[in-house]
Amino acid sequence: MGLDRFSRYVIAFVLLTILPIGLLSTSAPAADAVSSTASESVPPANPIEQALIDIKGDDAALRSQAAAWLIEKGDASLIPKLDEIRAEADRAVRQAIKPVIDLLKNHANLTSEQADTRRSAAADLVGTGRPEAITWLEAAAVKEQVWWVKYTMEESAQLIQLRSDDHAVKLAAIKKLGELRSQNGLSALKDVVEAGTQSGATEQQRVLADSAQASIGQIDSWSWWAGSIETLFRGISLSSILLIMSLGLAIVFGLMGVINMAHGELMMVGAYATFITQQAFIAWFSPEHFDWYFPVALPVAFLSAALFGLVLEATVIRFLYGRLLETLLATWGVSLILMQAARVYFGDLTAVIAPQALRGGAQVMVGVYLPYNRIFIIILSIVCVLGIYFLLFRSNLGVRVRSVTQNRNMSACLGIPTRKVDSYTFAFASGLAGIAGWALTMVGNVDPGLGQNYIVDAFMVVVTGGVGKLAGTIWASLGIGGLNKLIEPVSGAVYGKVFILVGVILFLQWRPQGLFAAKGRNADA
Amino acid sequence: MPEQMATQQNSRETLSFYVAGFVLLVVLPLLNVLPGEDSWLYLSDFRLNQFGKFLCFAILALGLDLIWGYCGVLSMGQGVFFGFGAYCMGMYLALQIGKESVYGSELPDFMVWTQVKELPLFWYPFKSFAGALFGGILVPVLFATIFGFLAFRSRIKGVYFAIITQALAFAAWLVFNRNETRLGGTNGLTDFKQLLGYRLSDPSTQRALYIITVLALGATYLFCRWIVASRAGKVLIAIRDSESRVTFSGYTPWMFKLFVFVVAAGLAGLSGMLYVPQVGIITPAQIGVLPSLEVVIWVAVGGRGTLIGAILGAVAVNYGRSVLTNYFPEAWPFILGGLFVVVVTMFPDGLLGMIRKLTDRKKTPTPLIKAEGSTAA
Repeated sequence: MGLDRFSRYVIAFVLLTILPIGLLSTSAPAADAVSSTASESVPPANPIEQALIDIKGDDAALRSQAAAWLIEKGDASLIPKLDEIRAEADRAVRQAIKPVIDLLKNHANLTSEQADTRRSAAADLVGTGRPEAITWLEAAAVKEQVWWVKYTMEESAQLIQLRSDDHAVKLAAIKKLGELRSQNGLSALKDVVEAGTQSGATEQQRVLADSAQASIGQIDSWSWWAGSIETLFRGISLSSILLIMSLGLAIVFGLMGVINMAHGELMMVGAYATFITQQAFIAWFSPEHFDWYFPVALPVAFLSAALFGLVLEATVIRFLYGRLLETLLATWGVSLILMQAARVYFGDLTAVIAPQALRGGAQVMVGVYLPYNRIFIIILSIVCVLGIYFLLFRSNLGVRVRSVTQNRNMSACLGIPTRKVDSYTFAFASGLAGIAGWALTMVGNVDPGLGQNYIVDAFMVVVTGGVGKLAGTIWASLGIGGLNKLIEPVSGAVYGKVFILVGVILFLQWRPQGLFAAKGRNADA
Repeated sequence: MPEQMATQQNSRETLSFYVAGFVLLVVLPLLNVLPGEDSWLYLSDFRLNQFGKFLCFAILALGLDLIWGYCGVLSMGQGVFFGFGAYCMGMYLALQIGKESVYGSELPDFMVWTQVKELPLFWYPFKSFAGALFGGILVPVLFATIFGFLAFRSRIKGVYFAIITQALAFAAWLVFNRNETRLGGTNGLTDFKQLLGYRLSDPSTQRALYIITVLALGATYLFCRWIVASRAGKVLIAIRDSESRVTFSGYTPWMFKLFVFVVAAGLAGLSGMLYVPQVGIITPAQIGVLPSLEVVIWVAVGGRGTLIGAILGAVAVNYGRSVLTNYFPEAWPFILGGLFVVVVTMFPDGLLGMIRKLTDRKKTPTPLIKAEGSTAA
């Protein structure tokens, strides 16, 4: 009964986590499909032709007049013509045309199909400072459905209004920017404050400075929160990477008494399996199926790493059970061999292209941006923990593994094939390393040193967590990952690592056996 | 009977000590000086210098053998202590360059690149040779005392200790790579010109350094033998074989471990100090995780738990490396990895164990390391 209910929970959980992602990805293009407005009333050919001729002319006043006219009435269809003119014109003309082209392009891009293009167009329009852009942005914002793009449009409109000469407009813009918690407006607002606090400032400037000060306060307190949330997210993300790597290590260390220094290289095997799958898809399948390589690579990575593990167990580790330090040295040798083999065969640097669904990220609120690949790894680590929990505590194999851990001889007497359990457990843990390698291709390059970069941290997690306890590994990776990201902004990445080492040593003063120590007769084994 | 065997073994060791000492101290330098360059007996300056380097490594290996082979504590961070010693000597040598440097500045070259205007305070002691000698031993010893005190007192042992020391090596490597530690960053310290007024490029200086290294190795060997033969040495071996029993007999194992860890660190520092003037460069790449582990493999290959084995292993593995990297540069990591696997799984007693097995075939074989399970604890 218990098993039944558990599996139902797992299914429910998976559905709850996976479905919203699917929905998101399907709804995104729908939101993108803003009906592109047909260009408004086509002006008579004559004035445009005239303006195009004027802009080429020698008269500077006429040029700027033509440019202004083109900006007001023109649309994106003029860009090729303008480009043509620019290509053969002299410097002064090019300078006159450049803002025209930029504005027209960005104006056209405001109604683009891609949300990202719309957003960057809105952001770019601030730089031009043209008052016409305000109306464009406001019009686009009304129709906009993606909140983050809409936000950028409003923010950009206010930023341009801040440059206006009208006191009331300026004041409104300052207030609005504060309400929007505009990160980009910070420097402009600071300028306003500076202007207002100078000795020769007028009454109006002082009023503006005061309200700008208030807006800056609003923005700052908001960005403190946003920063904390992002730090928290980064901490959890690093923790989940550490966790996903340490799980396999913890299993072989805790349950089998083997220190597997080649664990990092088994991750590397998983990463290269992903890379090979990708290359196979590039070679044999059409580009529109390319993204499928990633799900296909999961079993490939798992199985290839598990196979390596099986061979490793059968050829090296089985001679060394019960001799921890010896397993450490022998597996280190294996890791050297695997690393060099990868270096010779694959060369130094290869990368995996992330599938479309994992590129980019979600802007959850102002100032908080969560990349999809990180979210993916967090979910994956949760799924892995659940899977291991299920396997160890809710399945037949798990019962055997745990009984062999507790008392090898007694288990053998009761008919459990201990040798088989050993090799399956080791292969499974190696497969987990393969999954970790598969996931790591999303956050970094695939290179022969992949395993080495993380292995020391992963061992820190296992040591801190205590041997043989899943909970210890989870808490330790949360602690170390979180602490790392907390310290990093203050001290830099390198000293962050040093602090973590010192922290772990001090922690072991207090708890020499790690967070969750084995108790009783097995404690000193 | 065992008493007799022990003395027999001892006298054999003494004999080989004298023979090896004679060959290293007298024969090799003479082969370098006396025969003409085309004679087959001639030992080139390069070879002699290389041999001096191997002997430095032998001192490092002796330190690790004390702590790992005799006390059963695997330290994977010996490279850090080696690095401390090497950098102390390197700083002295870098300051001796003086006006001869590329930029003609009193400061070492890398400080000129990184826009350091004044000599950092911690460099001042290394203006004098005595300061460098003192620092090269004192810094690793002090560091090992603090680190070892924290680690051993809280009874971090076995693999836990190995992993922590490996993390130490990793952290040290990261820190030494930084420019703001003012130790030359990734490029390390190099381009040395003179030591106490003698030109380092001069073959006779290198010969003298070689002879000093041999003498230091001899002294280290005698020192280690003295420790191992003393009562404390017996306790060390007892800790290796069963730590709990030692505790129950009323000893405090962690004090002994700390002592031997500090001694090993001091020896590593000494080895680093001798290494730098002979090789002429020290970079963070020589003190990281992998170099620290290579020390372990030297000792394992030679035969842990025997002092001769450590020396033999260091020289043999390094000689093999220098030959093989010449012919098959890409194969060396395969061979090193293979050595780890093969030695650990098949020849836990190393080269010396194999030699003993062959020569002692008539007598009952005496394994050097008995209870394997208990060393792991």
